[in-house]
Amino acid sequence: MPEKVLMKGNEVIAEAAIRAGCRHYFGYPITPQSEIANYLAWRMPAVGGVFLQAESEIAAINMVYGASGAGARVLTTSSSPGISLKQEGISYIAGAEIPAVIVNVMRCGPGLGGIMPAQSDYFQAVKGGGHGDYRNIALAPYNAQELYELTVKAFDLADKYRMTVMIMADGALGQMMETVEFRDEEKPFEADKSWATTGTGMKRKKNYITSIYIDPEELEKLNNRLQAKYRTIEENEVMYEERDCEGAEIVVCAFGLAARIVRNVMDMAAAEGIKVGLLRPVTLWPFPVKAISDIAEKTDVLLSVELNAGQMVEDVRLAVNGRKPVHFYGRTGGILPTQNEILEEIKRILGRGNK
Amino acid sequence: MMPVMQSPRSLEKPTMHYCPGCSHGIAHRVVAEVIDELGLEGNTIGVSSVGCSYNNYLYFTFDMQQAAHGRAPAVATGIKRVHPERTVFTYQGDGDLAAIGTAEIIHAAARGEKITTIFINNTTYGMTSGQMAPTTLAGQVTTTSPAGRNTSTQGYPIRMSEVLAQLEGAVFIERVSMHDVNHIIQAKRAIKKAFRVQMAGLGFSMVEVLSTCPTNWGLTPIKAVGWLEKNMMEYYKLGNLKGKDLEV
Amino acid sequence: MLRAVIYSERCKGCGLCIAACPKKIIAINKSEFNQMGYNPSMLTDPGKCIACGRCVIACPDTAIEIKEAGDA
Repeated sequence: MPEKVLMKGNEVIAEAAIRAGCRHYFGYPITPQSEIANYLAWRMPAVGGVFLQAESEIAAINMVYGASGAGARVLTTSSSPGISLKQEGISYIAGAEIPAVIVNVMRCGPGLGGIMPAQSDYFQAVKGGGHGDYRNIALAPYNAQELYELTVKAFDLADKYRMTVMIMADGALGQMMETVEFRDEEKPFEADKSWATTGTGMKRKKNYITSIYIDPEELEKLNNRLQAKYRTIEENEVMYEERDCEGAEIVVCAFGLAARIVRNVMDMAAAEGIKVGLLRPVTLWPFPVKAISDIAEKTDVLLSVELNAGQMVEDVRLAVNGRKPVHFYGRTGGILPTQNEILEEIKRILGRGNK
Repeated sequence: MMPVMQSPRSLEKPTMHYCPGCSHGIAHRVVAEVIDELGLEGNTIGVSSVGCSYNNYLYFTFDMQQAAHGRAPAVATGIKRVHPERTVFTYQGDGDLAAIGTAEIIHAAARGEKITTIFINNTTYGMTSGQMAPTTLAGQVTTTSPAGRNTSTQGYPIRMSEVLAQLEGAVFIERVSMHDVNHIIQAKRAIKKAFRVQMAGLGFSMVEVLSTCPTNWGLTPIKAVGWLEKNMMEYYKLGNLKGKDLEV
Repeated sequence: MLRAVIYSERCKGCGLCIAACPKKIIAINKSEFNQMGYNPSMLTDPGKCIACGRCVIACPDTAIEIKEAGDA
């Protein structure tokens, strides 16, 4: 029978990884994601897995490279400054085409910034972060149940496409307790890992994992293969939630915690006779371009609400492609916009004065 | 009739890309011989690093991973934790191990990670055209210490074997040289023991190999081995620093 | 009879085998270039080779084997 429990978001991620068959974790402590490591420090050994506290985020991501290249399902988790440190390894993992699941429980920046929740690593996850032409699949959960579902899915996607999958949670999601319902068992995607370095056993030719191609023709071949893979993912893996967009006077785009706030704003707005729709990307990359493009045909104006200075709004504008105005509202520094602030912004955009 | 002495089985046959007289070729052959003699070819996973030996996965017949600069001990840790029954080694140069990867090697050793490191110390960054390395000797001319390494502004060379030997998790540390036949034979003995230490699950093992870089030193291969003997062996004393009496 | 056999196509002419040879019977063959453009090593007096293998050990390019003469 499915098990319904009250759990902290960070622990949900950790438990979900175990249930997804991950048995190797490498990480380094950083607020606000440390409960993931604390949980796995006892949980991994209990299921015969490996928990290793590395000497740095750089070492941790390279341990992920080694373990994933050796065929395992591997997890590393961190928060914004730590994710910056991991970018070297992430680029190498992309070049070597090996799977990895990386959780970013985002805090606010730049620099050491602060430990309060933010979504200011959108660009880093979606536009690159490390060097070279590569992509991360970026998943944006917005409650505890999605932390579970998307963590499990992240491992499947990573194995299926042999690439990095980033879970873009935020400090608030990581820290708050909510109910989550776990399935009795997961059915992980069964990936062919005949490419892994497991020791030849004298039974096959050697395998090697590498991201260096001195021959430009070979390197372009790799890049073309990666781009073809990314196009396939854009075709097949887009996830989003669309709510009340039909006939909406304004459609708000928001992900994660920001979308939760907007959900309440929708009710407040409705009480004042304003019809607000919500388009919530669940995959930040691949971005729901078509869904937003279709909405741009039906609504007069869009608003992107984010816990940053305006990052996803650029992708919304690209999808809308100038057909309708796209506004932005966000707070930085770890401050969450209030429902009232957002409602006021909506009214300002729609030219509705205060009653 | 089969040759009596020939290229080891674990070494691929194509000519390696190294410059004439470079010690890498000897070190590769010796590692391959040891893996053959210990019957580890099908059981080994190696880790290449960054530097001239970045692509030595092409030269060995067993599984390998190529690591980012300095990160080979972290990559090897990941591999070993997935396959504890396999033999895992890193092959790293001095810039890789003693500069950019200092944290990774120290912590792999401190954890007693059951891996073996072959540390090629030739006092220079070979691949990037002979810059000063953390192991460059005082006064040694390199492309980034054109007037010779000035210790008052450029610091002193690091003796990594001595540093790592302090750590409880490092159980076998030995410094050897590749500059002549007798020393190559001794080097092979040390490398074999380092692998045996890993097979016995005792902890971290490393062999530091004093090596030549004739091209960047601006010397002929013969003069380079003479320079190594005269200058490097003075500062980097050969011998066992830890685990001499281990019975493996 | 066992002796050193030099595969000149693999040789980069570094000369480390010359220094290693106790019988002083290896030299650089200045009249020959291999595909890589190097003057390879050669045995100047194969009959004097004692098959000690020191050249094999010194060679960075696995360009020398000890084997039955005539096999090459």
